[in-house]
Amino acid sequence: MPDVLSAPLVVEFPFTRSLGPVQSAFLTGLRERTVLGVRTGDGKVLVPPVEYDPVTAEELRELTEVATTGTVTTWAWNPAPRRDQPLVTPFAWVLVKLDGADTALLHVLDAPGPEAVNTGMRVRIRWAPQRTGAITDIACFEPYEGEATAESTAHSGEFADPVTGIVTPARLDYTYTPGRAQSAYLNALSERRTVGERCPSCRKVYVPPRGACPTCGIATAEQVEVGPRGTVTTYCIVNIKAKNAMNDAIEVPYVYAHIALDGADLALHGRIGGIPYDQVRMGLRVEPVWTEGGRHPDHYRPTGEPDADYDAYKELL
Amino acid sequence: MRDVAIVAFAQTDHLRRTDELSEVEMLMPVLHQVLDATGLRARDIGFTCSGSSDYLAGRAFSFTMALDGVGAHPPISESHVEMDGAWALYEAWVKIQTGEADTALVYSYGKSSPGEVRDVLTRQLDPYYVGPLWPDSVALAALQTQALIDAGDTDEAALAAIATRSRAAAADNPHARIAGPVPAGEYVVQPLRTGDCPPVGDGAAAVILAAGDSARALCPRPAWIRGIDHRIEAHSLGVRELTESPSTRLAAEHAGVFERPVDTAELHAPFTSQEVVLRKALGLDGSVTVNPSGGALAANPVMAAGLIRLGEAAARIHRGESDRALAHATSGPCLQQNLVAVLEGESAHA
Repeated sequence: MPDVLSAPLVVEFPFTRSLGPVQSAFLTGLRERTVLGVRTGDGKVLVPPVEYDPVTAEELRELTEVATTGTVTTWAWNPAPRRDQPLVTPFAWVLVKLDGADTALLHVLDAPGPEAVNTGMRVRIRWAPQRTGAITDIACFEPYEGEATAESTAHSGEFADPVTGIVTPARLDYTYTPGRAQSAYLNALSERRTVGERCPSCRKVYVPPRGACPTCGIATAEQVEVGPRGTVTTYCIVNIKAKNAMNDAIEVPYVYAHIALDGADLALHGRIGGIPYDQVRMGLRVEPVWTEGGRHPDHYRPTGEPDADYDAYKELL
Repeated sequence: MRDVAIVAFAQTDHLRRTDELSEVEMLMPVLHQVLDATGLRARDIGFTCSGSSDYLAGRAFSFTMALDGVGAHPPISESHVEMDGAWALYEAWVKIQTGEADTALVYSYGKSSPGEVRDVLTRQLDPYYVGPLWPDSVALAALQTQALIDAGDTDEAALAAIATRSRAAAADNPHARIAGPVPAGEYVVQPLRTGDCPPVGDGAAAVILAAGDSARALCPRPAWIRGIDHRIEAHSLGVRELTESPSTRLAAEHAGVFERPVDTAELHAPFTSQEVVLRKALGLDGSVTVNPSGGALAANPVMAAGLIRLGEAAARIHRGESDRALAHATSGPCLQQNLVAVLEGESAHA
């Protein structure tokens, strides 16, 4: 399959999340080098704290401060840190039961090697120099010589300037491959041809082809060249300017239309140009306009032909 | 309760990459296989349900594209879960129980090849306390493994034996991604070595469910779903006892696993250590054939591997190789969510 296309695809999103009273107190506390847990009805201290008891679903609000030292309950040595993980040098993933807590917190431990880590070892928090109210305010844990205590003291959870929301950035990198049918479509477009695929059963021609007939549920294979001219079947007038740079040059209002290319049994989307937006109409005959080096039509413009008869495209609405 | 059976199952060959195939192109052959096996046409199906995850493809609503493969126009009765297809099967089973459908087509698919599945799976974690640390799926499984080793439940040699047994069994599975002798390999995240981890790859699966006499008409020996249940545990890893799987145990109790012995168990254990946890939760001893397909250690198309456990267990009943089989599916880190079903062939009740 030499013609199969692929391209980098980056999905990046900074999710903005609001915090409830318990999460707000916990993350604000980290900013102030204070670790808070929450006490359950049966007296257990959960760190990190949650707003509802994981066993009884009872609402939990009784905050309590625990130590910044603790004990490793399990661990795993990570020889090859991945992007965005807390340390760039090899480290141990650890679950740490902080002194005064009854449950364990997931974080990382800075240690010279796996031989320096064991379940039951004593550790303490190394704080990040810049703290914003996030779990990463704990830079990591580090080995610590000191006996376990059971210290836990009631805490109001009140701080000046509490953190009420966090932004959690995420980035995932993909190599996108559109598959056989769409690769063929995109390759043809780069030669300024539009190809669809015909269903072997119902004989309809789908553009763009996705490799399957949505009516018959079977593979389409026979390539059919369609267009270049087509008919506007329906349209809308866009009044809000697109934010991305690629569409910066497009002035509003403009028309976005469904266009049934000649020979196609499905309308595709395209922008209509070369005509005032308020003169676009159903049945308008259009043709693609290519820009130099463009891999797809930039927009469609009127051909000047008489409008298509409604009956000619009503099935494609 | 209506008697509902799995009457057909198909899966793709599981491959490291399938660049030449879109998801619907990958899926269509298995959809056609289960329809052909039953003689049903797409329009005869009462309910269609699928499982997949947009995060694998990096595209929103990617499942809508896959719907072309089931002939979704004119409109069909359809649903989707952003989960493994085992949970889609559960939804379809419920739909048939309501009497609104007599047959259901269930499918799921996952292409892990476009992205880094270890990173992708971090996005299912708690976004406040855990997600920002990016603990990948192997790291979390490794924490569970160390807890098991500390508890004396297993050791590295026992884990290697699970890997070896699974991949030897997969030699008889023409769809497996890796089979036969596989070196234990280097540590990925200690104590897990490459051999303890599932292969990354692309694949799809489909089953057809049918009720009562419809099932008998469609399949010589239907795999009757005698019980099915799924349970979930707290999302915070530090709250859970990682060496146990109380959710699996509870689901198994509700599914009726412990009423009579099973002869086969298809366990969804992507990591060797998870089989140790599941065997303990399900009380499986040496009399039970575990993962004769090779399990997720031989092929792990994310979002389809759980449905494949149900399908493999059913196929053994179809072939007369099992009378009473347990099928298990999992989702989430360290076996957070678990589904258990009991499948039986008719002669077991004769």
